[in-house]
Amino acid sequence: MPRDKSIKSVLIIGSGPIIIGQACEFDYSGSQASRSLREEGIEVSLINSNPATIMTDPVTADHIYLLPLTVESIIQILEERQIDAVLPTMGGQTALNLAIEAGKHGVWEKYNTKLIGVDLDAIELTENREAFRQHVIDLGLEVAPSMIANSFLEGKDASQKIGFPLVIRPSYTLGGTGGSFVFNESEFDDLLRRGLEASPTHEVLIDKAVLGWKEYELELLRDSNDDVVIICTVENMDPMGIHTGDSITVAPAMTLSDTAFQRMRNQAILMMRSLGEFAGGCNVQFALDPETEKLIVIEINPRVSRSSALASKATGYPIAKIAAKLALGYHLHELKNQITGNTSAYFEPTLDYVIVKMPRWNFEKFIGSDVTLGLQMKSVGEVMAIGRNFLEALQKACQSQENNRHGLGADKKEWIRTSDILERLEKVSDDRVYRLKDALRLGVPEKTVQKLTKIDPWYIKQIKTLVKMEQELQRYNVAEDIPEDFFRQLKVCGYSDAQIAWTLRLDEEEVTVQRKKLGINRTYKMVDTCAGEFQAQTPYFYSTFDSENESIPSDKKKIIVLGSGPNRIGQGIEFDYCCVHGIMAIKEAGYEAIMINCNPETVSTDFDIADKLYFEPIYWEHIKDIIDLEKPEGVIVQLGGQTALKLAEKFAQNGIKIIGTSFSSMDLAEDRGSFSDLLKDLDVPYPRYGVANTADEALDIANEVSYPVLVRPSYVLGGQRMRIVINDDELERAVLNIFKHMPDNKVLIDQFLERTKEAEVDAIYDGEELHVMGIMEHIEPAGIHSGDSSAVLPTYSLSEKAVATMVEYTEKLAHALKIRGLINMQFAIKDDEVFVIEANPRASRTTPFIAKAYNVPYLNYATKVMLGVNKLKDFNIEKNLNGYAIKVPVFSFEKFPNVDKNLGPEMKSTGEKIIYIKDLDDPFFRDLDSKRSMFLTR
Amino acid sequence: MESVREAILLLDDGTCFKGHAAGIKGTTTGEICFNTSMTGYQEVFTDPSYFGQILVTTNAHIGNYGTKDEDEESKKIQISGLVCKNFTDEYSRTMADQSIQQYFEENNIVSIYDVDTRAIVKHIRDKGAMNCAISSEILDPAELKKILDKVPKMEGLELASKVTTTEPYTYGEENAKYKIAALDFGIKENILKCLSERGCYIKVFPAKTSYQELLAWKADGYFLSNGPGDPSSMDYAIETVKEILNQKAPVFGICLGHQLLALAMGVSTYKMHHGHRGSNHPVLNIVSGKCEITSQNHGFGVDPKDIEKFNDQIEVTHRNLNDDTVEGIKVKEQKAFSVQFHPEASPGPHDSRYLFDQFIQMIEN
Repeated sequence: MPRDKSIKSVLIIGSGPIIIGQACEFDYSGSQASRSLREEGIEVSLINSNPATIMTDPVTADHIYLLPLTVESIIQILEERQIDAVLPTMGGQTALNLAIEAGKHGVWEKYNTKLIGVDLDAIELTENREAFRQHVIDLGLEVAPSMIANSFLEGKDASQKIGFPLVIRPSYTLGGTGGSFVFNESEFDDLLRRGLEASPTHEVLIDKAVLGWKEYELELLRDSNDDVVIICTVENMDPMGIHTGDSITVAPAMTLSDTAFQRMRNQAILMMRSLGEFAGGCNVQFALDPETEKLIVIEINPRVSRSSALASKATGYPIAKIAAKLALGYHLHELKNQITGNTSAYFEPTLDYVIVKMPRWNFEKFIGSDVTLGLQMKSVGEVMAIGRNFLEALQKACQSQENNRHGLGADKKEWIRTSDILERLEKVSDDRVYRLKDALRLGVPEKTVQKLTKIDPWYIKQIKTLVKMEQELQRYNVAEDIPEDFFRQLKVCGYSDAQIAWTLRLDEEEVTVQRKKLGINRTYKMVDTCAGEFQAQTPYFYSTFDSENESIPSDKKKIIVLGSGPNRIGQGIEFDYCCVHGIMAIKEAGYEAIMINCNPETVSTDFDIADKLYFEPIYWEHIKDIIDLEKPEGVIVQLGGQTALKLAEKFAQNGIKIIGTSFSSMDLAEDRGSFSDLLKDLDVPYPRYGVANTADEALDIANEVSYPVLVRPSYVLGGQRMRIVINDDELERAVLNIFKHMPDNKVLIDQFLERTKEAEVDAIYDGEELHVMGIMEHIEPAGIHSGDSSAVLPTYSLSEKAVATMVEYTEKLAHALKIRGLINMQFAIKDDEVFVIEANPRASRTTPFIAKAYNVPYLNYATKVMLGVNKLKDFNIEKNLNGYAIKVPVFSFEKFPNVDKNLGPEMKSTGEKIIYIKDLDDPFFRDLDSKRSMFLTR
Repeated sequence: MESVREAILLLDDGTCFKGHAAGIKGTTTGEICFNTSMTGYQEVFTDPSYFGQILVTTNAHIGNYGTKDEDEESKKIQISGLVCKNFTDEYSRTMADQSIQQYFEENNIVSIYDVDTRAIVKHIRDKGAMNCAISSEILDPAELKKILDKVPKMEGLELASKVTTTEPYTYGEENAKYKIAALDFGIKENILKCLSERGCYIKVFPAKTSYQELLAWKADGYFLSNGPGDPSSMDYAIETVKEILNQKAPVFGICLGHQLLALAMGVSTYKMHHGHRGSNHPVLNIVSGKCEITSQNHGFGVDPKDIEKFNDQIEVTHRNLNDDTVEGIKVKEQKAFSVQFHPEASPGPHDSRYLFDQFIQMIEN
């Protein structure tokens, strides 16, 4: 059936601010859906309160509503324009909940708007645990034995019947809040009480815990003809017991026979077909008993889910894009496979590579939090790696993490105490896979490791292979000694040159030189949905060490954009927004745009954004090899946050051109000493400061600059381990803490300017002219990390003089630092005196917010200025904002019950939203402003 | 590290790939083909339709879950050799019986791994199916080429008689509701299972069984099995099918059986460029308007042009959504139908199992 022609305009609901468990993958799905609908000539309106998204950009949709995700906002949009249909399945649980709520208020009926791609009854059924359980049983499938309890006594009774270990899941809470595993009777009473209290209906479901069973996820698509395909099957390396969002996952399934898989496929299809009539995406989770291969259903999500972005990137099949078309009435077989261009969209992708997804945690930001993994998702981002074998993909995933690891161990970060390691195998935390290898390295039997981790023996044996290879490698003294075949085998298994170098105690360079001498070079393979069976049209590549290279460089001039890697606190979706705009500007300027990134949740890694996509770690060795192959005009590092910027030095050393601001300027801005000298020369005030290498030095400096002082390690992101201290005792503790956790780091000590206001400027400089994109004043006083502050655009209380001074200083510094492109300046203002706190020669977290608030394509302009193809005077910039825009931080504290929720110099927010106000009488602003004094009293 | 043995893969056009040896030491030849399934390697290896072929698996790892006797589609490995990327004899499946290396040793299979399988697949995709040789004892391509040159071309090759049962045998419950006569051209175990589960007692006959002999068993329906080789070289079977059709008896054909049904109706078959092999082939059921993901394994097909001439006698019931090839036919005014793909799956999706029900219904009516 071709599409429903009565639908001419569609509203897509976004997922709002980034929180743990609902991150930028929904920006990817929303953007894809919007583009897909516009291809059909549909007028797309979009609502999302998150300004850092690509979906809320004029390039994505026809009408953007940066409004709070409330029924009132929906009514406002429906009043303003004719909306024929609303697509609520692209914005996670948030969008669905809003659609349901609006439905309850009769909004859709009143405005004659139909819901597409969703069946509300089906949603209701899957969310009501007891009803869903019964539904699955009625279908003839199995679920874990479970009982509902509404009281303490009922709970006790249930535990008797079900037996330990069991799971307590409070009803109607999000993301596993209040849930827990109970291993024995003694823990049960407390945890049951906690669960009952967490549930608004005072109800818990008590499940038999199938700990250690293998866990699988299937991504499905169904059309209105009731035809279903499985797009991707994902196997969790970490078995049942660890939230799938916190598990290392692998595709295709590595340890699943066809008999077991087909049973799973049949059950998934049966379930999806049993859930109403909707056309779109669906995600099903199963647990499989490794002994008997018995299968039980865990859950089903009848919408585009968190894992569908991963499935899309893993297979090349654009799930959200196709799901949007299905919502319009198309049948799968009427659509084409977007990768091959000439085969059917009704098919199931097949992989000739291995995908490893590894979560990215940020526990160091949540001091005091429980770092064990379990029912609740705690990771803040993820990376995906592609290899021609599991080990290659696994080690590439480690290299993508940006936690200073060079692969899975063999990099100086191993643990050596067996007892500590064994404890960590059972008490699972973010480092389990590393500890698993440490245990094998120290000779702990595979069986013991398997018993403690419940990880499938195949994975353990694979990792054991690495241990054996390292033992073999240790026999050699210099790189020249390593036999060619063995050298190649090491690279095939994902070892970085740095790991080989560390194992032999050599310089990385020596290993690289020898490798190149032997001709062991990366080749690139295409992700094509079909294992090479059909010719593919899309330039989506990954590296490996196979014989044939498929990535043939064009003869066009090329620019490479470095992405920002995994999302984490302080560096998230904002930088993906910047990268996507950068890519578009590069294309417009007539270059071939090449994207390198490893974050599967992003829009920048969509295969049709850049001219060429390398899904690779933002890790020097990989990037260098791509540059050697592509020979670009230069690399843009200003758009990918600190991740990309950190590589600038390597580029400069290797004679690779950095587009825009040079490395020496970036270094000048980053280096505290020379930067302060520069400020002094320019006669720009800054807080007194000092750099300490030891605790003694720190004490001297602190007393010299006078308390209170701000203590922090140099070169960190988002104010990590930053503290404000008021006396010697506190200082000592803070400094020792930094040295303990970051031994090679220096400590920066700044005079803390009390009772000051903070403001920041984002600007573009082209060598002649400075354009101030925006000046934001923070509502919270200095001392709260800028990422956690509510920022008002433009300033609301600062004097004209202070504002003029900030602009003046920005211009002075942009000129002195020879900025070409973006600069972000942070200021502290006391009375009318302005102090420079820092200068960042790159896109900042706030650039997307400003671009949205003023409705100016700033990142596009900035990129063209960087490239040197335009001067600022070429653009006719018109800022468009009535009143003020406020950037409001959003936190995910409910995932970390024991964490200190007080804000300070260390950033803790996971996302942000934009609120527009007409004037300062706005109640929302007055409320925020009144909290300012509360901070001051502390 | 254990020392690894070298092996080479030589294609008929002279292309040579170096890799490592798995299975037993030796030399093997056959027509090269690739299968894109991500699960079910053991079922593929034991599918008699692969007789005479060297199989390239596109899935990155082979051997991870070992092998299990129950998962065999016939009593032995039928492929002439395996080409894969990563071959592992370490497996984790609790219910498995042995490793793939042991299994290959038992079945005398020569294999090569650590080769760029994707490059090979692209080569076959562009150049078409061709003969090839794997050797772990003759590592000089020129020497190996001499052996390869003696291998006959697949086109025109009759292979079903090499894999068929020598003696008739029965499968299922003797007192089952329906009696089915199955002509074995290389039948997969799961076809028998699917029929038996639906109340059939099946007698499996050797490929060259005469129609008279079949008739003597008084079957309610006839089944034409899958199998290897060029269907157009199987005059004996085409004749038998013609006679069955003359009797207007219910007939169901799968894969080679489908091609034989077409040939018996006068429609020609052809050698495909490189065939369809995998578990993800999209097929549209033209009659119902529904789609199914199918398991496929064929290098020959029913000529889509030629079949148009038979519009009055044959209805095309299924089409491939990727390349529009003929996937299913029904003989008009008759109880005879067939499909190119494998509804019994194993490996692959079970979407098309309804065809067995359709066969039973046909017998019922």
